[in-house]
Amino acid sequence: MSRASLFVPLGVFVLIVAIGYAGFSLNDPHELPSALLGDPFPEFRAPRLGAPGETVERSDLIGEPVLVNVWATWCPTCKAEHDELLRIRETTGLRIVGVNYKDDPAAAQDWLRRYGNPYDLVIEDRDGSLGVELGVYGAPESFLLDRAGTVVYKRVGEINTRVWRDELGPLVARFEDG
Amino acid sequence: MTTRARRGRRGRAGAMAWLAALVLLGLGGPASAGSPVDLYAFETAEQEVRYRTLIAELRCPKCLNTNLAGSDAPIAADLRRTVHRLITEEEMSDAEIRSYLQARYGDFVLYDPPFRPDTWILWLGPLVFLLLGALVLWRMLRQPPREPLSAAEADRLRTMLDDR
Repeated sequence: MSRASLFVPLGVFVLIVAIGYAGFSLNDPHELPSALLGDPFPEFRAPRLGAPGETVERSDLIGEPVLVNVWATWCPTCKAEHDELLRIRETTGLRIVGVNYKDDPAAAQDWLRRYGNPYDLVIEDRDGSLGVELGVYGAPESFLLDRAGTVVYKRVGEINTRVWRDELGPLVARFEDG
Repeated sequence: MTTRARRGRRGRAGAMAWLAALVLLGLGGPASAGSPVDLYAFETAEQEVRYRTLIAELRCPKCLNTNLAGSDAPIAADLRRTVHRLITEEEMSDAEIRSYLQARYGDFVLYDPPFRPDTWILWLGPLVFLLLGALVLWRMLRQPPREPLSAAEADRLRTMLDDR
């Protein structure tokens, strides 16, 4: 046995560590890639929050790029991202549609009155069935739709200034031009 | 009645009690191990069996390693309700239900990654390691047995060991 071959186990060990390091730092295992990316936003019909008798459907989301934001009053991170949504709405004029996910409509309206309302309209999803259509597994989650209603971006977790600057903002600019 | 017969009877009763306790523990264990209970009605027993099989097989998207049946996350409850609806109302087949959920939540829910370029290493990795192991084993077996120590070497070894 040559002396060099003594280093084979060390080499194998280093290789395993390197693969493990790369593999575990690649992505957050809690974050699932959206199956919806590149697909048309699903058909739906759901009540509109604060407007008894009115319903919202897919065609209400078509025409201009729109950010569909899944939120709830029971979700602390939604509170954290709320100011950023207000800022985006005010400074860029991007249309934002809310999906009030598994929530109490009265509490939701109260929340919007108290903290401000960045949403053009809010869809009520009390039992989470629209959430299942969208592959939502937590809140907040956000989808960016292009003019034709195709999902071009999905974000699980909060939208903050950094996310807007690095990911969402540039995408919105591209789809508003094109 | 002789003492011996009485003892025998008591022994049998004791054994029965133990058996009953074991049965109760055995049956009570899995059901009470924190699994949520939903009350759903089914038209046929076959539907219920399919429901149970599917929720045991599908993975909860919010959890890293829990199936729909075992999770009390709200999203798992929603998906159990969805599976129930797809079985009883939409009358979908098992394969249709799997692809329905896969279309919305991705491969993650299936616990069974498809064979694709980005999953080759996952599927073929173990095979590669098996082949590597076989190669190492083959080389070890092929090596000629070592020659026994000569008389002089044996002497040296003995003095080295004695010196310690």
